[in-house]
Amino acid sequence: MIRNQEIVEEIVGQFGEKVFAFEEPYGMLTFCAETSQLVNVVRFLKEHKTFKFAFLTDVTAVHYPDEKDKEICSVCHLHSWENGVRVRIKVYAPIGQPDVPSLTGLFESANWLEREAFDFFGVNYLNHPDLRRILNMDEMDYHPLRKEYPLEDGTRNDKIDALFGR
Amino acid sequence: MAQTLIPKDINDALAQNVPLVTDKEYSILNLGPTHPATHGIFQNILTMDGEKIVSTEQTVGYIHRAFEKIAERRPFYQITTLTDRMNYCSSPINNFGWHMTVEKLLGITVPKRAEYIRVIMMELARISDHLVCNSILGVDTGAYSGFLYVFQEREKIYEIYEEICGARLTTNMGRIGGMERDLSPTAIAKINDLVNKSLPKVMLEFETLFDRNKIFRDRTIDVGPIAVDRAIAYGFTGPNLRAAGVDYDIRTAEPYSSYEDFDFEIPVGHNGDTFDRYMVRNAEIWESIKIIKQAMKNLPEGPYYADNDQYYLPPKKEVYRSMEALIYHFKIVMGEIEAPVGEVYHAVEGGNGELGFYLISDGGRTPYRLHFRRPSFIYYQAFPEMIKGLTVSDVVPIMSSLNVIAGELDA
Repeated sequence: MIRNQEIVEEIVGQFGEKVFAFEEPYGMLTFCAETSQLVNVVRFLKEHKTFKFAFLTDVTAVHYPDEKDKEICSVCHLHSWENGVRVRIKVYAPIGQPDVPSLTGLFESANWLEREAFDFFGVNYLNHPDLRRILNMDEMDYHPLRKEYPLEDGTRNDKIDALFGR
Repeated sequence: MAQTLIPKDINDALAQNVPLVTDKEYSILNLGPTHPATHGIFQNILTMDGEKIVSTEQTVGYIHRAFEKIAERRPFYQITTLTDRMNYCSSPINNFGWHMTVEKLLGITVPKRAEYIRVIMMELARISDHLVCNSILGVDTGAYSGFLYVFQEREKIYEIYEEICGARLTTNMGRIGGMERDLSPTAIAKINDLVNKSLPKVMLEFETLFDRNKIFRDRTIDVGPIAVDRAIAYGFTGPNLRAAGVDYDIRTAEPYSSYEDFDFEIPVGHNGDTFDRYMVRNAEIWESIKIIKQAMKNLPEGPYYADNDQYYLPPKKEVYRSMEALIYHFKIVMGEIEAPVGEVYHAVEGGNGELGFYLISDGGRTPYRLHFRRPSFIYYQAFPEMIKGLTVSDVVPIMSSLNVIAGELDA
């Protein structure tokens, strides 16, 4: 059984300042990496001889409109079946140029997951073999999961916070 | 594996017994979007060299309903109805997976009885999911009777759902913090009847019809195999991965909802071909029957919901009599529960594999972001590689043995 602390020590030993913001929400090791270093960090974890994070569980994106120059966050979950440990790695990119390196070179499964994140958030995965929309129609000219597209009419006032004492 | 043969000259063509084609042109075949053999809305544009498939262009998203966006506007308990529209062949697993994710975020401990009832319902869902998949595989290879036969058992499972939650297909079963009601005597009788009497008998007959059937074996053995390393690279999970020979099952790898209390085995295959996937699913049905029997036998006494008025609806009697209960009732129904800020990933073993929920909460009444890790969306990418060089008649059984569910694929 590998403890999260050992993983942190190894990664920091290898990448130093390029990995930061280590957290452990609900037991899962979470950290940020410099955007340019994402592939190296993931490859290091995948090919590490004891960690063996050989399975890519998930890739998705999150939009934080209030974080200047860090609006788009691309999150990947890795899983080490042999050790029963998961890690979550985040990279940030500005919304004007949301470039994030693609993980398709390491995991085939990243292909559609990154296409989905591109489709909904406009994350531009660099070196992706086929970065097209996947679930929405090709003619769509916006990225619908971004926060500037509210689902409901913004003029409704029956659900404002004041009614609930907040 | 057939390769495209290009003869050098006419003598070579005769020696290889193929026609000499100088200006070669591939034909295009549209399989889908709505095709009766694909059991769902998928489009595959096949490039064919005669009868052999050269390449495939997949189009998905025909029934995309933007669940992730809708979820950002809904209180947690209203998202349950979105989850059961993903893998609609095993909706209770999706429902409970979501409930467990929220319970993890809120830090609610669910009593044993509720966890056992959940296990029973999830295993029933798994049985019905696998029954549909395997019997449809039979239909695709020309055997209709098995399909009609096992659907009687699926109907009984749906009657049990009805008894538990009132619905059949899109179940909306359980609540955050437990079950909405206890197992009724009718439900207990129906479950016992199913797992002790009718289902084992039907399963034995179903296996007799298929397992050693010459036509079925010829159509499935060594058809669409996938090697272990390719399966892992493509993100396979669930029965399709286990058919390739990896014993990864979240029920044992990261036990949730008291799965550690039960004694069951994880069946694995050898080649990852269509026949192995069929055999793994059948074996899993037997293991699920085993789990349900144990759960019914050891069903603990006690409450079926967490004693936590803040998150679980107080009993109706209380609501009419006490002020606190009324306030909590109102707050829960309006979705005004106190959610902590945080992010949580929770995975359950769905009918098709690792069904994950990645929930980011900013402390508001709705999720800030919710992402569903849908297993079929991820492993369906491997389909072009699996059918390359095969014929159209192999495409259909491979697709149904992968059990790609359109609702889960497109979310």
